[in-house]
Amino acid sequence: MKGYYARKIHSLLGLIPLSFFILTHAITNFAAYEGGQQGFRDAVTRINDLPLVIFLEIFVIWLPLLFHGVYGLYIAYQAQPNIGHFNTERNWRYVLQRVSGIIAFVFIVWHVYTTRFQILFGNATHDDLGGMMHQMVTQPAYFIFFTIGVIATTFHFANGLWAFLVSWGITIGPRAQRISSYICMGVFVVVTALFMLSLFAFRNEEFANTAQVFTTLKTLIG
Amino acid sequence: MAETTNVPQTTQTTARRVKFVITRQDTPESKPYIEEFDLPYRPGMNVISALMEIQRNPVNSGGGTTAPVCWESNCLEEVCGACSMVINGKPRQACSALVDQLEQPIRVAPMATFPVVRDLVIDRNRMFNALKKVKAWIPIDGTYDLGPGPRMAEKKRQWAYELSKCMTCGVCLEACPNVNDKTDFIGPAALSQVRLFNAHPTGEMNAADRLDTLMEGTDGIEGCGNSQNCVRACPKGIPLTTSIAELNKQTTKRMFTRWFAQ
Repeated sequence: MKGYYARKIHSLLGLIPLSFFILTHAITNFAAYEGGQQGFRDAVTRINDLPLVIFLEIFVIWLPLLFHGVYGLYIAYQAQPNIGHFNTERNWRYVLQRVSGIIAFVFIVWHVYTTRFQILFGNATHDDLGGMMHQMVTQPAYFIFFTIGVIATTFHFANGLWAFLVSWGITIGPRAQRISSYICMGVFVVVTALFMLSLFAFRNEEFANTAQVFTTLKTLIG
Repeated sequence: MAETTNVPQTTQTTARRVKFVITRQDTPESKPYIEEFDLPYRPGMNVISALMEIQRNPVNSGGGTTAPVCWESNCLEEVCGACSMVINGKPRQACSALVDQLEQPIRVAPMATFPVVRDLVIDRNRMFNALKKVKAWIPIDGTYDLGPGPRMAEKKRQWAYELSKCMTCGVCLEACPNVNDKTDFIGPAALSQVRLFNAHPTGEMNAADRLDTLMEGTDGIEGCGNSQNCVRACPKGIPLTTSIAELNKQTTKRMFTRWFAQ
């Protein structure tokens, strides 16, 4: 599948639903910072109380993510970066969009496997998620890994928003594109802050007592 | 750079030399190689006059006689687009590349995004084929006099004129990271011409045809990756990224009208 429509679907899926999912995810996680362990549990429960949640997950998260990710890797493969000769902000963003996309792909595959798929396999429940996160992010290596993954993903999201506005013909002139880039970078800062604050929140001891189940998973996650 | 800007040139011209490092290639299939040339400096010289000097005296900096370097040029005033090459890493016209403004040694290479014919001569046929593909013209021929076409608003003429300055030089394709062996992307130049001819009151009558060609196959407008190098590199200052974004709007509209009209 190549050509105009494939690229348009790729671009549309980036906004609807993936951008909305990222925002939902950031807000849900932020409950860990705001409301601690109970707040996070409640937020997770709220999400799982949505009607037909498994279908939402399949059609609004997993399949769009799979198409966007795989087609995105193909787009990244096609690029021949030349920042050496054109050292401009836009050209850097062109490269960073592709690099961050690859990092985000690896990070998300790993992240979904170690959280949602463990629930699917019956190795954990939704209530264990906070404890599992605590176990991971209290280890410096994992914390750095999460930080890189989060920043790559949120940059890809925010810069992709900017590119969406261009490739659907919404921001046309240089001025419109400059202003939308300020707004998108603002979104990048805010969403990154939400995720980073929740990562720090997960390091809090209060998440530790739900982590017994994690010992059984340790072999899986490493 | 221009080291002697403050020195009277009359005392310097005899002694000064200019060093060129040229990427050469003997046949379209053979491997490129580097050859260096040490040329006498002349005031006001540009890359073309340096190549002419090599033609007159084809001796490389090692003192060996070599085949003169091949290149293409016509107008020598940056309007024909024939002498485009990569000079110190930047694709541009050799005629307007003044030696006084270039860092030395001056590195000259062909725009290898295109098939290299020999030395600095490249084959820009893909650009002309692209113009044919998108129908970058105004169809006015008929079996009878069609009469005068609709008038164009002066405001529109002013920006459309800027787009008409395109000389198909290929610099934007060379600068684009998405024009390469792994993609079929048609490139910024032809896209901007679609915007030009779709803006023309008579050309507008075939606007949908042009948009359709940009949406079929694998070489269409979707190949743009927004690096925006094209607009930085264009020697004519054509707002190529604005053209592409405007066509993104036109093709998006076309996509929906085509779906719901059928």
